[in-house]
Amino acid sequence: MHVNAPAPTEEEIRSVVTPLASLEGPLLPMLHALQDVYGYVPQECVPVLADVLNLGRAEIHGVISFYHDFRAHPTGRHVLKICRAEACQSMGANALAESTLQKLGIGWHDTTANGAVTVEPVYCLGMCACAPAAMVDGRVVGRVDDARMDRILAEVGA
Amino acid sequence: MRDFIIPQYPPGDDRDMGTPARSGAPVTLTVDGFPVTVPEGTSVMRAAALAGIMVPKLCASDNLEAFGSCRLCVVEIEGRRGTPASCTTPVTEGMVVHTQSDKLRRMRKGVMELYISDHPLDCLTCAANGDCELQDMAGAVGLRDVRYKAPEERSLLNHFATRDGAGINALYVPKDESNPYFTYDPAKCIVCSRCVRACEEVQGTFALTIEGRGFDSRVKAGTIGDDFLTSDCVSCGACVQACPTATLQEKSVIELGTPERSVITTCAYCGVGCSFKAELNGDQLVRMVPYKHGKANRGHSCVKGRFAYGYAQHKDRILHPMIRDTIEEPWREVSWDEALSFAANRLKGIQQKYGRKSVGVITSSRCTNEETYLVQKLTRAVFGNNNTDTCARVCHSPTGYGLGKTYGTSAGTQDFDSVEQVDVVMIIGANPTDGHPVFASRLKKRLRQGAKLIVVDPRRTDIVRSPHIQAQYHLPLKPGTNVATVTAMAHVIVTEGLFDEDFIRTRCDWDEFQFYVDFVSDPRHSPEAVEMLTGVPAADLRAAARLYATGGNAAIYYGLGVTEHSQGSTTVIGIANLAMLTGNIGRPGVGVNPLRGQNNVQGSCDMGSFPHELPGYRHVKLPDVRAIYEQAWGCEIDPEPGLRIPNMLDAAVEGTFKGLYCQGEDILQSDPDTHHVAAGLAAMECVIVHDLFLNETANYAHVFLPGSTFLEKDGTFTNAERRINRVRKVMAPRNGYEDWEVTQLLANAMGADWHYTHPRQIMEEIAATTPSFAGVTYELLEEKGSVQWPCNATAPEGTPLMHIDGFVSGKGHFMVTEYVATDERTGPRFPLLLTTGRILAHYNVGAQTRRTENVAWHPEDVLEINPHDAEQRGINEGDWVRLASRAGETTLRATLTDRVAAGVVYTTFHHPSTQANVVTTDFSDWATNCPEFKVTAVQVSPSNGPTDWQERYNEQAERSRRILTAAE
Repeated sequence: MHVNAPAPTEEEIRSVVTPLASLEGPLLPMLHALQDVYGYVPQECVPVLADVLNLGRAEIHGVISFYHDFRAHPTGRHVLKICRAEACQSMGANALAESTLQKLGIGWHDTTANGAVTVEPVYCLGMCACAPAAMVDGRVVGRVDDARMDRILAEVGA
Repeated sequence: MRDFIIPQYPPGDDRDMGTPARSGAPVTLTVDGFPVTVPEGTSVMRAAALAGIMVPKLCASDNLEAFGSCRLCVVEIEGRRGTPASCTTPVTEGMVVHTQSDKLRRMRKGVMELYISDHPLDCLTCAANGDCELQDMAGAVGLRDVRYKAPEERSLLNHFATRDGAGINALYVPKDESNPYFTYDPAKCIVCSRCVRACEEVQGTFALTIEGRGFDSRVKAGTIGDDFLTSDCVSCGACVQACPTATLQEKSVIELGTPERSVITTCAYCGVGCSFKAELNGDQLVRMVPYKHGKANRGHSCVKGRFAYGYAQHKDRILHPMIRDTIEEPWREVSWDEALSFAANRLKGIQQKYGRKSVGVITSSRCTNEETYLVQKLTRAVFGNNNTDTCARVCHSPTGYGLGKTYGTSAGTQDFDSVEQVDVVMIIGANPTDGHPVFASRLKKRLRQGAKLIVVDPRRTDIVRSPHIQAQYHLPLKPGTNVATVTAMAHVIVTEGLFDEDFIRTRCDWDEFQFYVDFVSDPRHSPEAVEMLTGVPAADLRAAARLYATGGNAAIYYGLGVTEHSQGSTTVIGIANLAMLTGNIGRPGVGVNPLRGQNNVQGSCDMGSFPHELPGYRHVKLPDVRAIYEQAWGCEIDPEPGLRIPNMLDAAVEGTFKGLYCQGEDILQSDPDTHHVAAGLAAMECVIVHDLFLNETANYAHVFLPGSTFLEKDGTFTNAERRINRVRKVMAPRNGYEDWEVTQLLANAMGADWHYTHPRQIMEEIAATTPSFAGVTYELLEEKGSVQWPCNATAPEGTPLMHIDGFVSGKGHFMVTEYVATDERTGPRFPLLLTTGRILAHYNVGAQTRRTENVAWHPEDVLEINPHDAEQRGINEGDWVRLASRAGETTLRATLTDRVAAGVVYTTFHHPSTQANVVTTDFSDWATNCPEFKVTAVQVSPSNGPTDWQERYNEQAERSRRILTAAE
């Protein structure tokens, strides 16, 4: 969902989450489903989820805010995650991240002005053997150097 | 053994033992060399505390399950590796625990160092200074230095500094002061989660959470954009009580400082009767903290009891007696002597002119037992008639009648602890989350453990569905069809053979049961047959009846939705029948429990406030009972029952009843058909109002005697579980006299010769004359904390459960419950049914709570209307609407909600500017005259302002409240 899309209605949210209500521990699958549909977990979901699951609004908020992967805002068309865990840091991930953000002129969690890409930190993609690692829209990329990063950025149209 | 350690702590010791008590087989272990025996399942922390050894802790509290997050309570256990947390480690036989060692000291110091590294060091100016567990623990572990500092280039890497030079701390979250009673200061938070757990486990509201994770973790009320006031928070204060630091802090403590002494007393709001520690500096009340050994509330409270005590200091409170010749005149402040002789002369004059029976009293369900006893004694011994009644007339008088006829006593059968063993709860016509919040919290805790819930209510109350609570069956009956619904449940139980024959054969009258079976098996009582009347789907009703009959321990809790009907007494009888049919009487976890409205409505009934009953529910026509009092009081007692409140008002309009002493009740606002009440009061020649404020009734009064609050007097209250709790004086009465003293002064001005110097003497008189109170003394209450009547030679320590081996009346009596529709019917002019109730933030007529910050939650009465009915009438959310019935009309704002079914509207009666009782009618219970508040046929239409009546009323009220101060 793009930045200027209208906020989802209660009916839309219900139609996304109610098919999952019979699962055991349905809240996380519901949040994933919402993020899959909208690209983030809209704030409007909180009271709806609270009602569907008969939980407090605060509890829903507590779960969403616990997981960094659940976003509170719409992203750009693509999401680039740069690993900042130990192995990648030891292989120069910090410098890579700094130069990437500088190139794009944004900070962590920000989206480029043209709405093409959002950059997020991630703590370990399980790619330590190929550090430094990154992930573009769910596809992992290993041994990312400046050149490879430039290719990624060109690919996502940043 | 542990006994030689324990006496260090006095009885009533309310130390925090760290984790909840358990019951189980005894287990013996050694803590620091001391042997201690505790029940299986107890934590090492609690075992140590019982041995007198307090292990340092931050995240543990004995009203919460252990959490194991602070790591301060680590101990060493011989034969075990590592240092387990004592709060989460259960004891085992022969365990050898060490709570102190070099290693433990270093670890604890390290933990504290980390906590303090992100905590401001402003202890001296902190509101919790001297009352801070973090401070205590820093002392206990010997913290002398904090090595951890924010890195130089990121000096703001903490949660408490607002800024450093030009740098602004993005982690700093400012104080949330939205709640009128407490503040939330995230800068002081150590994220121990005690508040979140208290909100969930104790209160059951689930309004708080921990937002984020790791270093970003913060306590949060509600979700993004919420503060405490807009979240689901009900301001019960459990989080404030749980907070070990100043993060959640009462505003009163911030303003007044930490209290230095405390007095244990009893809350004067609802019938739950919570015990509180009133914490004071001198006579300045600083805060109210629920008392953990209070047997009704077990350390919990609601927003009213904990916070809404400010009315005692409100500027509207009247502190000087006032009189006037007519109600057209302004009030004149006079001395006590002048006011009392004025009142006495008028009353005597009336009695001379119109006869002995032309005056009467209304006792208060908010005053103490002793005060109530004196007021009824005043009319019986001094006025010489039985014209006494109480506000129970308008609430639970059908309970008295119905349970009296079937079981032999007019009181609930259980104590509140019983709810912890219930398997199926049926709530009929009660809204415990608003009306009896502390009981509701205890009930919700049990429901979360798996107990089943049936709710019978026209409205979808919060208990039907709220976080983690879901009623199995909600039977949304049409107002006024209780009897049909309850009888249909009995029909299902009888015709499907679900009744408990053994119980009925041994405990009840078998012939009456046969007769009842013939009546109730009739197909006209089947759920299918009554569905048309009640609107309850037959399948749901059948399923609910089966669940009640077969689900294990089944208890019924009911409220005014049962009693305030033309067939209130019949419904109570129907409920009693259900419990007898299924054998759900006489053990923990079952029973029939009226949820009493006011703090001492049980007590005021016990104390002989009714016109036909002397104290202890003994009819005034019985010569042997009269003889007891004639001897004790040295006077003759009229054998004829006196007038009930509605009869007094009728007689006043007819001109035969002329004088009334009304203590602590606002009949003009709380009684039905306000026009009629006003006419009755206006026709009297001497109305004496004894109250804290110039209430609505005082608009028609000639004498105003200022009253004292529950903080200003000694006495006892009796709560809904028959528990006699002590009320203790924490400050001198601002008006000069405790209420019982005022009644005594009035009696003596009328010529009596009373010489009570302390309420304990009144209780001695009650005990001497009333069999069910025979064993009650102030000494016993001091020793036990509280007792439940009957308390006499056979039950010297009181009676938590009634009817254990047999009913008080011998055999239980089944009575037929024929449904008779109320005369109040909907028709073309008045097509909707109005039902009334109350809301969490307010109490009764609101005289007290409206004068506190509780108005933040409920500033006015609103009319709940189904969106369907609203659309038909062109009514939008928040519109002014006119609410009219055959009796009168008023205006208020509407809110659209599907909590009420189409055809039903709902409002509260807390605000005199609305006067919901203008529209209620004078229909009443056939047996007891309890008014039919819960059913009124009404019409709702758009409006653009107050009705003529409201304007006239307000003008009259304003005029009659003028006060001329005493000439200097």
